[in-house]
Amino acid sequence: MTAAAPIATKHKIFSPARVTAIASNTLLELVRLKVFYFLLLFALLIIGSSFFTSKFTFQEQFQVLKDVSLGAMSIFTWLLGVLATAMLLPKDIEDRTLYTILAKPVPRFEYLLGKFLGVLLLLFVAISLMAGVFLVILYARQQDALANAARLVPANALQEQLADIRAATFNKNLLPGIVIIYLKSALCAALTLLLSTFASSSIFTIIMSVIVYLIGHIQAIARDAYLASQTTTALTKAFLAIVALLIPDLNSLTLVDDIVVGNAISMVLFVKTASLGLTYIGIYFLVGYFVFSAKEL
Amino acid sequence: MTRRMVIAILVLLVFGVVRMPFEAELEKEHKAAYFHGAKLDLSLREKIGQMGFLAALSGFRAFVADVLWIHAHVLWERTEWGAMKVDFDAVTSLQPRCVLFWSQAAWHMGFNASVAAFEDPKQPREALRLKAQHEYFKLAEDYLLHGIENNPDVYNLYADLALLYEMKLKDHCKAAEYYAKTAAFKNAPVFYHRFQYYELAQCPGHEREAYEALLKLYKEGENERLPTLLKWLGILQEKLNVPADQKIYIPPASNP
Repeated sequence: MTAAAPIATKHKIFSPARVTAIASNTLLELVRLKVFYFLLLFALLIIGSSFFTSKFTFQEQFQVLKDVSLGAMSIFTWLLGVLATAMLLPKDIEDRTLYTILAKPVPRFEYLLGKFLGVLLLLFVAISLMAGVFLVILYARQQDALANAARLVPANALQEQLADIRAATFNKNLLPGIVIIYLKSALCAALTLLLSTFASSSIFTIIMSVIVYLIGHIQAIARDAYLASQTTTALTKAFLAIVALLIPDLNSLTLVDDIVVGNAISMVLFVKTASLGLTYIGIYFLVGYFVFSAKEL
Repeated sequence: MTRRMVIAILVLLVFGVVRMPFEAELEKEHKAAYFHGAKLDLSLREKIGQMGFLAALSGFRAFVADVLWIHAHVLWERTEWGAMKVDFDAVTSLQPRCVLFWSQAAWHMGFNASVAAFEDPKQPREALRLKAQHEYFKLAEDYLLHGIENNPDVYNLYADLALLYEMKLKDHCKAAEYYAKTAAFKNAPVFYHRFQYYELAQCPGHEREAYEALLKLYKEGENERLPTLLKWLGILQEKLNVPADQKIYIPPASNP
């Protein structure tokens, strides 16, 4: 009787299945941390904003509702992206999960990609849920305003009023605005991942990420102001140039403030802006992997 | 590891050099599409405080603008017009593309604060009350002109400015000019094309031009023959001494 020869399976250099497994586990881990409780806060915030604006005209009410909702989406997704990513590597090192995974034939690239995709999935779920809550509340408020108008406005001015209410609530640019919020939070997550590959602690990563976020928003203003100044020295110009080259210009991904007030974003402009965001994400991830691939664990 | 970090920084610098022209081009396109128009400078920092300024710089300027707008509403209830103006200045700097903010700020200054200034019980001298009232009219005009500068593609502020010239500043020539600009927008309500000629009829030296324009509208049919249009046709016919046989509109005889 001869023993059956073990079936030799060829080890793939890159396996989407392994990446998917790591990504889904990362998502599951993050969900178990009860991060979605923030949705309750989000809903309370946007419903609460209604109380402050109850005396306002319907245009003002919808304006505030959209500003608060999209602003809260930006804050929550950014925080979620930074905090979730900053703890990915340190937590896996602390739990020794990292060693268990990397001891198996899982390349570091797949591990890092899986982890990052897990965070991106979390952000996607979070922003989808927030967008859902926001759109439902906006729709409910619109219906309320339409019903009030139908009851109170004289027949000869009713159609114009109804059209004004509809124009003040939904516009087709809201969706691209939400997509750009998502890309910006994903960019911040990629940047945090890059920082965490050489950082010594989660706190350091978070602080650095917040600082880069702030500089990323003001660098364009500072750069314009300093470069336009006659008194700017060559040293200042060199410093600003390095800052501008190293840190992303996050202002270019901050379009939602203007979209809310009705600014139209063309498809070409949206695609260019989104492409810039995706390029940043890709580059930061690859540089992060480059550092992580030689990191002593 | 250190060598890798140096290489990583170099890669980021190279990426910076590559992306810079693309970002500069994108920034131009964003500006052309009226994005990033907010003026976040030190004068704004003084108005909204350090935290507000930091929040505005961090990409949450719409949120900060709303908080200030709600605050301005509270000030309105207390009729604190000066403090309201400070808030309006900050709000419109933060959200220059929000037509609603420019329009409402101008309305509060031109139609509320100006009346309050004229009826100020603490000021016995009428001349000073009139002066204060006129200053509020000019503030309203200023908001609308700046609003138009930031939103030249929206008809509402042109219409608001025309109304201000018509109702408050009594400058019918400018009112006619801005109603004409409003009427030029395809999405503007149709009545603005008539409004421009009603105002032109009151602009010295332009009566003939207004008469001919109103006559043309009259000839377009019943839809244009509205009471105000007929009234102005009647007035202009008399003013321009139009011969009886050329008068297209005969006003009904006034009741004794």
